[in-house]
Amino acid sequence: MCLAVPGKIIDIYEQNSLRMGRIDFGGVTREACLEALPDAKVGDYTIVHAGFALNLLSEEEAQETLDALREIGDIEAELGLGDTDIVSSRGL
Amino acid sequence: MTENMLPSFEGPVCPIPLRHDDQIVMGHGSGGRMTQELIARVFAPAFSNDILAQSNDSAVFSLPANAELKGQLSVSTDSHIVSPLFFAGGDIGRLAVCGTVNDVSMSGAIALYLTAGFIIEEGLPIDTLVRVTTSMQAAAREAGIQIIAGDTKVVERGKADGLFINTAGIGWIPAGRQIGGAFAEPGDSVLISGAMGDHGIAVLSARGDLGFEAEVKSDVAPLNTLIQNLLEAAPHVHVLRDPTRGGLATTLNEIAKQSGVCIEIVEGQIPVHPAVRAACDMLGFDPLYVANEGKIIIILPAAEVDAALDALRHTQYGEEAMLIGQVKPAPAARVLMKTTIGGTRVLDVLAGEMLPRIC
Amino acid sequence: MEFSQAFRDSELVQRVIGEIHRIVTRDWVIMEICGGQTHAILHSGLDQLLPPQIELVHGPGCPVCVTSLELIDKGLAIASLPKVIFCSFGDMLRVPGSSNDLFAIKASGGQVRVVYSPLDAVKIAQQNPDKQVVFFAIGFETTAPANAASVLQAKAMGLKNFSLLVSQVCVPPAMQAILGSPDNRVQGFLAAGHVCAVMGYWEYPPIAEKYGVPIVVTGFEPLDLVQGILMTVQQLEKGGHSVENAYSRVVTQEGNQAAQAMLRRVFKLVDRNWRGIGMIPMSGWGLQPEFSEFDAENRFNVGAIQTKESPICIAGEILRGLKKPTDCPAFGTLCNPDNPLGAPMVSSEGACSAYFRYHRQIETTSRE
Repeated sequence: MCLAVPGKIIDIYEQNSLRMGRIDFGGVTREACLEALPDAKVGDYTIVHAGFALNLLSEEEAQETLDALREIGDIEAELGLGDTDIVSSRGL
Repeated sequence: MTENMLPSFEGPVCPIPLRHDDQIVMGHGSGGRMTQELIARVFAPAFSNDILAQSNDSAVFSLPANAELKGQLSVSTDSHIVSPLFFAGGDIGRLAVCGTVNDVSMSGAIALYLTAGFIIEEGLPIDTLVRVTTSMQAAAREAGIQIIAGDTKVVERGKADGLFINTAGIGWIPAGRQIGGAFAEPGDSVLISGAMGDHGIAVLSARGDLGFEAEVKSDVAPLNTLIQNLLEAAPHVHVLRDPTRGGLATTLNEIAKQSGVCIEIVEGQIPVHPAVRAACDMLGFDPLYVANEGKIIIILPAAEVDAALDALRHTQYGEEAMLIGQVKPAPAARVLMKTTIGGTRVLDVLAGEMLPRIC
Repeated sequence: MEFSQAFRDSELVQRVIGEIHRIVTRDWVIMEICGGQTHAILHSGLDQLLPPQIELVHGPGCPVCVTSLELIDKGLAIASLPKVIFCSFGDMLRVPGSSNDLFAIKASGGQVRVVYSPLDAVKIAQQNPDKQVVFFAIGFETTAPANAASVLQAKAMGLKNFSLLVSQVCVPPAMQAILGSPDNRVQGFLAAGHVCAVMGYWEYPPIAEKYGVPIVVTGFEPLDLVQGILMTVQQLEKGGHSVENAYSRVVTQEGNQAAQAMLRRVFKLVDRNWRGIGMIPMSGWGLQPEFSEFDAENRFNVGAIQTKESPICIAGEILRGLKKPTDCPAFGTLCNPDNPLGAPMVSSEGACSAYFRYHRQIETTSRE
């Protein structure tokens, strides 16, 4: 139920009494409703579902998540556990 | 295998199964499984013959023996109904010329002549028709072919979405060349001449129903020069096919079935332009099922891959060519894909129409 | 940052999967609630790379699958009326009603339009003042704000020819129904990331506490999914049952307050009939009295609806994670995407359709 994609707000305006925005998804632009993001500014990132911006997207949180995951990998590499174990456990 | 089984309606089963058996629905025109079934059920029985049974992009045939023709002929026909008539990168006219030139060329033929039949909706501005025919002439010139016969009909307002164009084409295949969907062999390599999904997304964007604008141009182009350059460098190509309706995945399935082989491709190797990827992500489409109008799938002996890629990448329209997979003996008639994270997934034929989804 | 690409990084995915392999010591059954997550898992082949001890079962998070047959039949009846333009998300077009589907109605001359957003349906209503435009408002909490916005906009514009056929459902009651069932096998949950982007995850701690299950809010890219699975397994191995957030770039505990206020204004809690599962009290949303003029069920009287469900379809058991699609006797034979007996075989992220396209054939492959 949840196909939503990240995009950057490039314009904000009102249309038929709703707060709307123009969103750039990376070479594709579309309008989306920004009623749920009254404080969003041009340049902010958001996640859009069915033409509605659900929430702001935090680049900072994203980076923190990736950094944390990278550490898992590093620890694991130190323990010497590689892909071969994944393959053999599945009998592939 | 389910694709060989039509469900039985008799016996102690629920009669609910909804097959669209009594009328044509849009899915029948999508190029996927429903189209294939329609052909098998209606057209093949009516018209069956050995040449039609080749099931390639064009029909390859010889002339009567006393014509003493060296090589063979290739003929193809295609109807174009695209809406809107004009879109980024092309228009219905360019599509009509290139589509048929390409189909004829997929047998390795040197494309020679085209015919063009027009069904025009009452009320179409003549200026539009001029734009379309000018575009067709430009495409024909680029392809080095001539349009030598035609027909025009007008239908009442509302009966033809502006303009429908049918083109038929003929080409000549030099003796000794045998290229077709049934000739893929285990051990062969699979190449794609460029990025997937541009045409379908460009047209969808131009249509405006889904409200998005994409920096994507249709890739519609005549590929006959690309093919001739390829064949000069790699003379033992086994299969050429353009992934039009139904996309790369559907077309690979057709070939896998015709040749009775398994085709295995690597997701990470398949080029997709970023804007196409973004549009597909937004709509829930898979770029591997989106139509292309200027790309070729090439299946050839592994030994000729380097020469082939070199020739493609140095010819217009082949610059982004990539090696994407290989042919294996089993499981037969299957297309498998190694995903970017290392899993394997079966690529099936497109079932009906691809629709934007929220889930 | 290129968000989508960053969270599809195959090297990082491999590392996290390696960690899951390292820490798992016994069998666990984990359910992903959202059909979009089911699709993403099978699409990327991620399930093949997990340790065999982890069994992923698929939940009822497919609004297409759980929309009641009666509502679908009502929608089909409305779509067949003259002067109605019936608008729907693409997902619904091939869902079988008792005797028909939207595709067939379109072919017979009914005006059926696929839209990307309910706001597009409002535009269609504005452009076609002589027609009644009805939008099939399915969805979980993710889609509810878009559906609510369409009603608010139609009201502000004074449109008299726009209405919603509402089939909104809520996740937490479904989770409770699954966990509360005597034959429940689910030990951990991946909560639906985009539902939580709207609603937050403040509703989950009581559920986690009551049933003793870890719940991890999870996103949709391969890296999000394996991270969610890792955090769930970590808790399971330690005997934990708290709520964690693995989708922090989009989800906060309180969720989007402005969106929730919008939802409270437009919708109220109602009982909902979940196809294949049955009635779950207070598990859906209906329009508030202030907006009842926009309710298609009030506007159109399509008479008594007699529904007829396939007796061999086991969608209900599949949606609750009790059975796999491959357990169904009709799977792949009588029931397949071209010829679906039930909604999970039609919906692009229904478990049955996903299994059919991705899974079953691999099992055949590996046996050859």
